[in-house]
This record gives sequence, C-alpha cells and structure tokens, in this order.
Amino acid sequence: MRNDMFSMLRRSPFCIQQARKVVLGFGLLFACLLIFATALPKGAMAYSDEELRIVAEGLNAKSATQKIKVIEEMAADGDPRVAPILRAMLEGDLYVRESDEHIVITRKQGKVYTHIDIVSGEEVGESGSKEISKIKVNNRLRGVLRDALATLNLFSSDLTTRTNAVEQIMDARDPAMLPLLLRAIDREENETLLARMELARATMALAAGETTEERLAAIEVLSSETTPQIRAVLSQFVASAEAEGYEPEVVAAAEDALESVEGRLSTWQTVGDVYRGISLGSVLLLAAVGLAITFGVMGVINMAHGEMIMIGAYTTFMVQQALGSFLPSGSAWSLVISVPAAFLVAGAVGVVIERCVIRFLYGRPLETLLATWGVSLVLQQAIRTIFGATNQQVTAPDFMSGAIEFSTGLVLTYNRLWIILFSIIVVAGIAAVLRYTAFGLQMRAVTQNRRMAGSVGIRTGYVDALTFGLGSGIAGIAGVALSQISNVSPNLGQTYIIDSFMVVVFGGVGNLWGTVLGAFSLGIVNKFLEPMAGAVLAKIFVLIALILFIQKRPKGLFALKGRAVEA
Amino acid sequence: MSEAAVQMNASDEEQVKSAKSETILYVDGVSVTFDGFRALNNLSFYVEPGELRAIIGPNGAGKTTMMDIITGKTRPDTGDVLFKSEIDLTKMDEAEIANLGIGRKFQKPTVFESHTVFDNLLLAASGGRGVFQALFHRLSEAEKIKIEKTLVTIMLEDKRDEMAANLSHGQKQWLEIGMLLMQEPELLLVDEPVAGMTDSETEETAKLLRSIAKEYSVVVVEHDMEFVRDLDCKVTVLHEGSVLAEGRLDHVQKDPRVIEVYLGR
Amino acid sequence: MTDYRQKYQTTPVIGWLLKDRGGMILLGILIAAAILVPLSNLLLPESSAFHVPTWMVSLLGKYLCYALLALSVDLIWGFCGILSLGHGAFFALGGYAMGMYLMRQIGDRGVYGDPILPDFMVFLNWQELPWYWYGFDMFWFAIVMAMFVPGLLAFVFGFLAFRSRVTGVYLSIITQAMTYALLLAFFRNDMGFGGNNGLTDFKDLLGYSLQSDGTRAGLFVASCVFLGICYVLARGITQSRLGKVLIAIRDAESRVRFTGYRVEYYKLFVFTVSAVMAGIAGALYVPQVGIINPGEFAPALSIEIVIWVAVGGRGTLYGAVLGAFIVNYAKTFFTGAMPDFWLFFLGGLFIAVTLFLPKGVIGAVPAFGSADRQSIITAWRKRRANEGGKA
Repeated sequence: MRNDMFSMLRRSPFCIQQARKVVLGFGLLFACLLIFATALPKGAMAYSDEELRIVAEGLNAKSATQKIKVIEEMAADGDPRVAPILRAMLEGDLYVRESDEHIVITRKQGKVYTHIDIVSGEEVGESGSKEISKIKVNNRLRGVLRDALATLNLFSSDLTTRTNAVEQIMDARDPAMLPLLLRAIDREENETLLARMELARATMALAAGETTEERLAAIEVLSSETTPQIRAVLSQFVASAEAEGYEPEVVAAAEDALESVEGRLSTWQTVGDVYRGISLGSVLLLAAVGLAITFGVMGVINMAHGEMIMIGAYTTFMVQQALGSFLPSGSAWSLVISVPAAFLVAGAVGVVIERCVIRFLYGRPLETLLATWGVSLVLQQAIRTIFGATNQQVTAPDFMSGAIEFSTGLVLTYNRLWIILFSIIVVAGIAAVLRYTAFGLQMRAVTQNRRMAGSVGIRTGYVDALTFGLGSGIAGIAGVALSQISNVSPNLGQTYIIDSFMVVVFGGVGNLWGTVLGAFSLGIVNKFLEPMAGAVLAKIFVLIALILFIQKRPKGLFALKGRAVEA
Repeated sequence: MSEAAVQMNASDEEQVKSAKSETILYVDGVSVTFDGFRALNNLSFYVEPGELRAIIGPNGAGKTTMMDIITGKTRPDTGDVLFKSEIDLTKMDEAEIANLGIGRKFQKPTVFESHTVFDNLLLAASGGRGVFQALFHRLSEAEKIKIEKTLVTIMLEDKRDEMAANLSHGQKQWLEIGMLLMQEPELLLVDEPVAGMTDSETEETAKLLRSIAKEYSVVVVEHDMEFVRDLDCKVTVLHEGSVLAEGRLDHVQKDPRVIEVYLGR
Repeated sequence: MTDYRQKYQTTPVIGWLLKDRGGMILLGILIAAAILVPLSNLLLPESSAFHVPTWMVSLLGKYLCYALLALSVDLIWGFCGILSLGHGAFFALGGYAMGMYLMRQIGDRGVYGDPILPDFMVFLNWQELPWYWYGFDMFWFAIVMAMFVPGLLAFVFGFLAFRSRVTGVYLSIITQAMTYALLLAFFRNDMGFGGNNGLTDFKDLLGYSLQSDGTRAGLFVASCVFLGICYVLARGITQSRLGKVLIAIRDAESRVRFTGYRVEYYKLFVFTVSAVMAGIAGALYVPQVGIINPGEFAPALSIEIVIWVAVGGRGTLYGAVLGAFIVNYAKTFFTGAMPDFWLFFLGGLFIAVTLFLPKGVIGAVPAFGSADRQSIITAWRKRRANEGGKA
C-alpha cells in the first residue's frame, strides 16, 4: 500500500493544477473524487468518466513537457480505458473536436472521420477534416507514449499482454517503473507471471533498492535465474559498483551471483552447442548413411549419391504438388507419403545405374568414381531441364513448424528435432535389415566372398543391384528430410557429397556404427568451432583436421584389421 | 634326425642363445591378434644361413601372416624377429627390410605387368633406390650381364622383350623368383611358388629353388606335399599360429598331431 | 641375337624423343603453331582467309594451358596411379600468384587510384598491404611463387598422405577435400585475395598492355613453349628408371616396396613435379582470360580435368593434350550453341569413356594403341564367362 500512497501523492497536486486550468469550477470536487478513487478496491476503474475526460484534455496542452506529464500520470493510473487513448495518440488518431473541445479518437475512412468517445468507447458522430484538429506528437512524445503503453499493459486483462509488458520492463530496467511494478505484483494472480515480476523487481531493486538487505535479497533472487539478461544485469551492476559506491558485501554477493549465473549459462551454451551439433550430425548421418552401404559395404564409389538425395527431395516436391491439386485435405500427410515414394524412386534409379554402368566396373574404384560422376552430371541436368534451375518450395507440415524455447536462450525447432528422430529411425531400420533379413545375410555373403556366395546359389548380380538400390533409396529418404532444411534445387546433392564421403571415411568404411559416430562427432566438432571461428573457418578446420586424421588412420575410426589381402 | 630332435627340445636357454648367434632369421615368441582372432600364437623358429626350409600347414595356420611380419607389412603384438642375429625387423618398414637383403615372393605372382621381362629384372636389380639416382640412372654393362645371367637361370632368356603381362602363370612365378635373385638377397621368402603350375613346371621350379638354395637361405611356404618332398629339406609344420612339429618330411608325417591336423577334421 | 644392347644403349634425350612418335607430332604442331598463329594474327589482313582473329589466339592459348594442366594430371594418374581430384587447386594457386603480380601492376590506375593497395583492399578499408603480397610487384618473384606455392602444398600434402599410405579412392577423396577447403578459404574476404570476385581488371604484363594483339600472341607463344618444355620433361621422367618405378608402383605397389623402393618418395617427387606444372599452367592462364577467382578451386572442375586425360588416353602424355583440346572445344561449342546439353554431353562422356574407351581416343588409333585394346565391357564379358565356367 505504501507505493499506492506514494503514487497518489505524486500525482495529486499536478492533477489539481491541470483541472483548475481547464475547468476551474470542478477543482474541489475533483480532489474529493480523486481521494475516493484511490480508495477503490483493486481492479476497479481508477478514473470516473468525467475525470478521465478532464485529464485527457491535458493531452492537448501547448508544450510537450506538459503533455508528457499528463501521459505519465494517465499511464500510472492503471485505468484500462487509457491504453486506447494513448495508442491513438501515438498513431496520430487523437483529435480535438472543435464544436465542444472534447478529445476524440477518430477512424478515417476516405475523407470522413468517425469519432469515438474516449470514455465510453462508442461512436459519437462523424465529420470532415475541418471540424477537428489533430493533437500533435513529436518524436520525444512518441517515445514517452510507447513507454507509457508498456506500463499500461501491465494491468491489461490479457495474460499475454501482461507477460510481454513484464519482459519489456525487464529489458528497460527503468527504476521509475518500480512503483508501478509493485502495484502489478500486488494484483497479479498468475504464479508464473508473478515469478517473472519478482525477477523484474529484483533487477530494478539491485540499483534502486534503498537498504543493503533489499539489495542482497534482490541478488538472491537473481542468482537463481539462468538467462543472458540476468547476466547482463549483474555484470552491469558489478561494473558500476565502484562509481556508485555500493556496499562491499553487496558487491561481493553480486560477484558470486554473477559467477554462478555465468557458470550455468556456459553449461547451457555447451548443451546448446551439443544440440546444434547433434542436429547437424543427424543431417550428415542421413546424407551419408546410404553411402555407408554403397561405399562401405559394396566398395562402390558413388559420386551420384548426392543426386539420389536430390531425387528424394524432388519426389517430396512432386508428392506435395500432386496432393495439393488432387486431395488438398490430405496435404498434411505429404511427407509421410513421400518417404516410401522417395525410397522407391531413388531406389529404382539406383538399380538402373547399377545395371547399366556400375556392374561393369566392379574392382575398378577409380573408374567407378569417374563414371558415377558422369551419371551425377546427367541427373543434375535432367532435373534442371524438367523442373528449371530455380529452387522449389516444399512446405513444412504443421507438426514440423514451431519450436520449444527455453528462457536460457536455447531454441529447439521442431523440424530439427524430427530430423534427429528420423535419422535414428532410418539407421535402426538399416541395421535391422542388414542383421535380421535374408536379404541382409545374402548381401553380407556377397560382399565377403562373391565367388562362394555365387556357388551356394545366391544370385550375386541380383543382390548387387538390390544393395545398390537400397543405398540409393535411403539417400532418397534422406532427401525427404533434407527438403525441409535445404533449398530443393538441382544443386542440392552437390552440397552434401563431400561431407558425406568425409563422414563415411572418418567413421571407417564398412561400419554402420562408425558412420553414426562419425556423423555426430563431425557435427558436434563443427558446432563447437563455429562460435570461435565462424561457420566457414570452422568448416575449413574440420576439413583440414579430417585430412590429417585420415593420414593417421587411413581406414577410419573403426577399421577392420586383418591379414594383408592386397598383393 | 638328431638335429631335428635337438631343435624340438630346445627349451634350454643356453641352446637358444647359441642358436640365435648363428641364425639368419630368428623368430621368437611372436603373437599377433586381429580383432580378437589370434593369427600367430607364440610362434618361434629359426633358420640357419644357407638353409632351405619348407613351411607347411593347413589354411589359417598363419603362414602368410608370418611372412607379413618378417617383411615388415604387419607389426607383431609381442615377440622378436631378428635378421642375422642382431637386426630387429619389427621396427622397420618393407623397403628397409628389402634393402637389408630379404626378398619376398607373393602367393599370387606379382610382377610389373606393363614392363618387359628385362625391365622387371632391371627394376629389381640391386643398387641405388633413391629417387634422383633412379631419375639419372644409366644402364651399366655389369647390370646387363647380371640380368642376362638371371634370364638364363629362370629359363626366360627368349622372353626378354615380352611384356610381363603376356607370360604364362608359371613363367610369371619364375620371373618373380628371378626378380628376387636380382635383389641379391641373403634370405628369400617364397610363398606357394607352384600354386597353379603344371607338373613339369613344378618339377622345374623345385630344381630352380634347390639350385638357388646353394647360394642363399630360402624359406618356402607350400601346400603341395610332392613339391615339398622334391625340395628335400627340413620342414616346419604350423598350426593355429604356432609350430606343431619340425624335422625331415618323413619324420613329421609320422607325427600323430600332424596327422590329426591334416586328416583328423 | 637380340638388339637389346642397342635398345638399352645410354641414349641421349634426342634418342628417346625420336622414338616417341606421338610426342614428335605434338612438338611439331606446337612449334608450327607458335610460329604461324602469331604471324597470321599480326601480319595478315583481317580479310585474309588465313587470318587468325585475336579472340581465337586467346582461346587457343587457354586450351594450351588446359592441355598443360591435363599433362600434369596424366603424369601422376597415367604413370603412377595417383588419381588427384584436387589438381585444380594447384592450377588456381599458380593463377593467383600471377594474378597478384598483375594486380600490383595496375598501380594507381585502379578505380580508387591507390598506388599500392589493390581496389578490393581499399574497398575493404585495409590500411596497408598484407605481408604475403610483398614481392609480387616483381615479375620473377611472381613466377617463382607460381611454381613454389603449388609445389610446396603438394609436397606437404603428399608427404602426409603418401607416408601414411593413403591410396586409391581415399586419396582422391582427400584431394577433393583439400581443394574444397581452399575454395571456402579463398571465398573469404579477409584472406586478402579479393574474396568472391577474385582478382581482375588487369592492365598490363611487363609493361605490355594485356589488350593488345601483340601481348596476346606473345602469351600464346609462351603457352606453346611451356607446354613443349613440360612435355619433354614429363617424357624424360617417364623414360627414366624412375618412370619405370612409377609404372611399377601403379601396377603393383607392394611388390615395389618389397623390392626395396621407398614408394612414398617416388610418389612425392612426381606429385610435386606435377603440381608445379599445374601451377605454371595457371600462371599462363590468368593473363589470357583476365580473371582468377575462387571458382577455379571448385571440386567439379578438378574432376573435369581427369576426364580430359581419360578422353585423350591416359598414360601417354600426348593423349592428355589431345583430350584437353577435344573436351574444351566441345565445351566451347556446346555452351555457345546449346548450353542445356553441355552437362548431358560431359556426363555421357565420363560414362562412355570409362566403359567403352578405357584407353581413350589415342588407344583407339591402331598406330598408337598397344596390343591390349579391349574395353572394360569386353573384359567384363570375358571375366564373367570365366567365372561362369568355374562356378
């Protein structure tokens, strides 16, 4: 209650003076009403109708300084009707009606101005531009108006508006807001918002508080929070401690608090880096996992692997277009349908490539590399001819848009979370196919000993084609996911091909878990380097580190050792 | 016979040491593991200077791994490999070991297919191995004579200007042996020299190796029992990465453990 | 009995050069071109049917640089089996060295008129020349750097790679990573090489205007001369015992090791020599096209070089030169006449050459091809028949 009294005392003399100036006769009555008004229970209107009208007329004062006084006074009151008036003034819609000198909010339609009463909020007539005169605002006034509106929002009936207002206050940290905030705290009933308000109060009490205890209490509150904002508040306080002459124990406590906040923040920073690294890693994993089969298992260097990803992405685009035109209600399912579609399309292309080109080149890795590079050029140009060189728009379904935000600054977007999950599912699926199905068994048999596999009745050519189809199909599936975060263009594949090879080579050829570990560790290392060196340099460092690593362990992280097989 | 018996019971420290001091190849306690699979298990044997030795054993006995270790291709987990009783081979790479005077012939004949027979021998000829020595190399009269001599030894004198790729399988094997000879090694390791050869070629090869063994120490790894018998030398039987038996062929063939390993399963 | 004595006589350079039929034809054409093209360009009137227009001189000069680049790739791929997918990096580094010299020759004639700093540095508000730009105002220094920098990079990279026995496709992949890393690096403005735009707006070379016909003819002649010299050098290397070791490494690397050769040193030598040649090609290329930018580091371009060699016929040296001309002429033709078909053509070329012409165009000419001229498809049919027979 103390601040209620305080604000009342500050306001009263001024109000009386204003009132006297406008309508002298109301002076005494006004003072009485005012006292009465402040005594009203919480949540009730602070102004009576007539009061509001009188006070608002002060907005048309001659000097800007006087206008500011009126604005601040109105804002401090907490009357819900004040906000629309101030907003109208900010936007230049507040006028004085020449006929009765009443202040009105206007809405302009063509040349006609509709008048809205500031007290009742109802339409009270209309006129042309000559019957009304605009209340002038300059830049300084606009600033004041914005601040005032922020304060007013504190008392809005809408929770979101109030929450935003609290955040604004916390950003501004203007000690003048403190009394108002205290009043808001008294009125607030929402627990979460109350906690935020207490925090906001603490940020201000730190500098504006009057006693040592008050400051220590504020530090106590602040030290339990973990946001970059609080770190800024505390470090600012510590930095200004000497100039302002704060008590040593307060400064010491603030330093401790700063340290603990910083400590927790850096932990969160690390968590964030790891998350971003995992997110990049899952993208790399998706891009590379098909290669782990074609290169890792079959030993085929498929330079057209990136184009399989691209084909998957274009399949997604086509599915979305088709659903959009034939079955608009089902468009939310487009991604779900795209996964098998992309697998089949890319897989089929893969089988064709294997049958027409690669099967003639087994045992000649360098030739395979060149021929598949040729295939990749043809595929790129084919897509460019069919769809054009521009990016295609693949829209995200609802369940993939949006994000989870933490107060500590960490943002987890849903599409990234889905991609992480998706990559894990894909790898688990491949591992299961390789381990538990007859096809997986035949595939491993053919890789280990083609001759022997052939003589026990496995159709090796058939297995080769299907294995290559599987690897390509998986690249197609990756394309579905990557269409959500990359530009779907003919060059899509090129952006991933070098990275994919790096992942497979780093992880160790022929080892699925090596690929998983390779993808995630490359992703995380990249994201840890980024804040230090920037994205491009981080990438360069990772490439150089990889080149050096391959020289240390030419067969990757998980190379199989064995008797020398080469002659 | 008695010599073999002594070697087989050579658990005595003294004897091992004296043996070590006069060997050309000394392999002691060598083990190597690949992903949990023990390819060699405490393998020990030695070869004397000028000796011809055959090493036999079933598939997976560790014969080729043993060659890899001696020639520096694979590093052992434990154990010693000494050349001429004092040079530690486990720390060296293939080229260093080759230049010490250990020549190796692969299981699959490996010659330089895009070169003529003459050039194959020329490349193997002992002498400067440095990059710039090779760049400014001029064929000397002595080298020519040596190559001619080797061509006669390996029975390829009329194939001199033929591309190696066009040789028959057996001729490639001989050419590879010839290349080893050009290196002037002190020890030759020969891996399955008669695999895929006709009977007459096999016979010729045995003759060739026996004549070579007069000048050099030779270790032959082989499957073909007839061929080993033709070689007429001491035999070491490997099984699961260690020595199972050692001695003359007719001696080891009577050893019940050898019979079990070859026939028992 | 045989003529081996005569055959392996310690022949002087001319001796083996005379026996190299393709090489003699190539050198003959180069000498003729170096004399006739500038003469017809400078002396004949434009109306003459034999007049070579200046744009054609520059275009041919550009092809000659590509031919030299292809030669350098053939030297390592054709003769030593090292498939570098990053040779564009050495070419571009040589080009940048020359570009830096040309940049400094602009002097105060740039847009901003700064006597020392190139325009892009003034634009970026740089106050002084970075240390690594010192010395590039001298022509000889730039030429030395155009060879030294690619050579050094190849030496360091090769030392690390060959020592740890990175071979085959692994090597190809990391060479690609190398040029990709350089691409990213040169795109950065703070590297001090003009970032995205690279180096351009050159004015003159050794005081001769790059726009004049005489300078362009001179550059053409220089390209012919350097291609000729590098060809003779490369042929010398491949003819020597070292060259025989290289071929042996290509065919049976471990056999070479067990024969006592330090394979890594041989590879390092030829890789470095090849990189220096690529650097020279780049240095000749830049003044003729008037620009060098990070695009030259693109991995795709480096792979394209390999196809030039494959089309011509690897392991022949003159085949690489021929392939560079064929493919680049096709590129000029397609990108002008029907740009959409260029990538179809190039891609098809990669597939067709690997499948049907493993020895390239040269291999298809009976006079040059060796006895063994089967395509991979026929080889595959044979192998499959063999396997079928045995199974």
